[in-house]
Amino acid sequence: MVEKTIHEINNRIKDGSVRVVTAEEMVDIVTELGAEGAAKEVDVVTTGTFGAMCSSGVWLNFGHSEPPIKMQKVWLNDVEAYTGVAAVDAFIGATQLSESSGMEYGGAHVIEDLIRGKSIDLHATSNGSDCYPRKVLDTTITINDLNQAIMLNPRNAYQKYNAATNSSESILHTYMGTLLPNYGNVTYSAAGVLSPLYNDPTYETIGTGTRIFLGGAQGYVIGEGTQHDPISNFGTLMIKGDLKKMNPDYVRAATFEGYGTSLYLGIGIPIPILNEKIALSTAITDADIVTDILDYAVPSRDRPAVKQVTYEELKSGSIEIDGKEVPTSPLSSFKIARKIAGELKDWIKKGEFFVNAPAERLPTDTVCKPMKQTRETPLVGDIMSTDVLTIGPDSNLCAAARKIMESSFNHLPVVSKNNLLVGIVTAWDISKAVAKDKFDMLEEIMTRKVITATPDEAIDIAARRLDQNRVSALPVVDKKKHVIGIITSDDISKLLARRY
Amino acid sequence: MKIRINFPTDILVNPIIAEIILETGALLNISQAQIDSIHGKIIADVPEDQFNAIKNALTSRGATVNVLDRPIIRDEDECVDCGACVSVCPVKVFSFGEDWSVNMDVEKCIQCGICLAMCPHGALVLGR
Ligand code: SF4
Ligand code: SF4
Repeated sequence: MVEKTIHEINNRIKDGSVRVVTAEEMVDIVTELGAEGAAKEVDVVTTGTFGAMCSSGVWLNFGHSEPPIKMQKVWLNDVEAYTGVAAVDAFIGATQLSESSGMEYGGAHVIEDLIRGKSIDLHATSNGSDCYPRKVLDTTITINDLNQAIMLNPRNAYQKYNAATNSSESILHTYMGTLLPNYGNVTYSAAGVLSPLYNDPTYETIGTGTRIFLGGAQGYVIGEGTQHDPISNFGTLMIKGDLKKMNPDYVRAATFEGYGTSLYLGIGIPIPILNEKIALSTAITDADIVTDILDYAVPSRDRPAVKQVTYEELKSGSIEIDGKEVPTSPLSSFKIARKIAGELKDWIKKGEFFVNAPAERLPTDTVCKPMKQTRETPLVGDIMSTDVLTIGPDSNLCAAARKIMESSFNHLPVVSKNNLLVGIVTAWDISKAVAKDKFDMLEEIMTRKVITATPDEAIDIAARRLDQNRVSALPVVDKKKHVIGIITSDDISKLLARRY
Repeated sequence: MKIRINFPTDILVNPIIAEIILETGALLNISQAQIDSIHGKIIADVPEDQFNAIKNALTSRGATVNVLDRPIIRDEDECVDCGACVSVCPVKVFSFGEDWSVNMDVEKCIQCGICLAMCPHGALVLGR
């Protein structure tokens, strides 16, 4: 039995005799010496991760202006920060987008620019009061002008995360990156063997108050993160650190096409090896960590898993789905994760960083619940029109024009004899054909690849499909492809207008 | 050199390629072909000295020819070696090195542009 105390380890850090290795190096040490031998040999194991952490932000205190203002709204480089607290405190969140540049620039970029010492335009508004008379404020600040710039992240350092793929026929732009059609690629995140929480999966040493590497400076774990779900190995951390001391190499703004901005953040956590149980858990390898590849083509909270894989398989560069080789790629940087684990190791060796025991352990029994929704999400079937007229493919243009006049829709689904959807024509298609003196059968001018909806889909999903395909109506079909209704963008905007 | 040939709807791709190979005697090394009902696109390597002959033969038959001379460029200050670009490139320009650096084989680039949108750090551009 090996038993060490934090105090003993810190004494070794002080006198320079401490033995530190990274979680990657620990794998071989445990294989060679066994858990007990490794616990004797090693005092601290360092971990590291560098990836997109959307749930990040910074509390800023600007100091008081003359005359003073109680900010009710505030923008930094046109990115809104939350100031629903005292007069000149504000929280800038990583994913808030610029009001003028959209997805090109967001809160994450403001944070990176602050660390880089760049000037930031500040604009604030207020109603004015006897104690805070000022109504509008415009100034330019740098990080040095702020009283505090405290990074405070509600959810970082996911223990592990799902991988993503796309079964649909169109390209998807997600927070998991570009997902190519027909299982064209798989993306994944998290550092695997170096993952901080996976190296201490029962949270023996990582807890409230743990001192960590955060963005190139020292920071702290302040508790479990939001959505902390230890039962499914999806533990998370809430984290705090001083932005003024951080290094832009480890705090990098990012934009995911079609999704928005996020912050790449470097976190490294030391694990003091107090006994062989802890030594054994730091010997985890990529082959031991299993995750699901989810199908992001299903626009639902519960995306189906296409396959279960290990991080070792993901990191090999390709995996097999349905007998096909699919290339994989990470979104987080393993190279920088390694650098972080290495840098933290150096800090400890040089006596610049000491380990500590948590003031409180992280919960091990909480779960992440889905949202309680008190109002039914309306379905396509609830608002579609059922009085849709259809036409046969061998009809002529005049018949189609007449039908469109009779019905209240610009769209006329074309169905075969047994009522199966085979195409669609619009009033525009007909005008176009007439203008070209083309009086052919409908079959010749109809669009064959019809974008459809099903009655059991949420209308938000149908609305997104209308937008993406730039069409204004979708025939609604049942499982057998029979046309049972039609839903138009007008129906949807009316309903949404009521909801907002 | 790498070229991209675009064919409009109404001309048939295969016979044309055969014809111009016969006509110019040039080696046309097709690395990618995508032909569907609306258009055809071919990426090919051609010897530099025969480029003009090939181009003329193709354009006279209604195809358009672009030289692919703007391969991908990476801003090393922005790149964090995440590797997001690795899985989207159709010709495997990007690959991981031993130390998990992301290496590039720029020669292979066919300038499809898909990696530009994938890169979370805006590090990739097509050259000028
Ligand atoms: S432009 Fe296309 S071919 Fe060139 S590197 Fe990017 S993805 Fe690969
Ligand atoms: S996606 Fe961009 S940042 Fe990531 S490795 Fe490729 S070029 Fe570098």
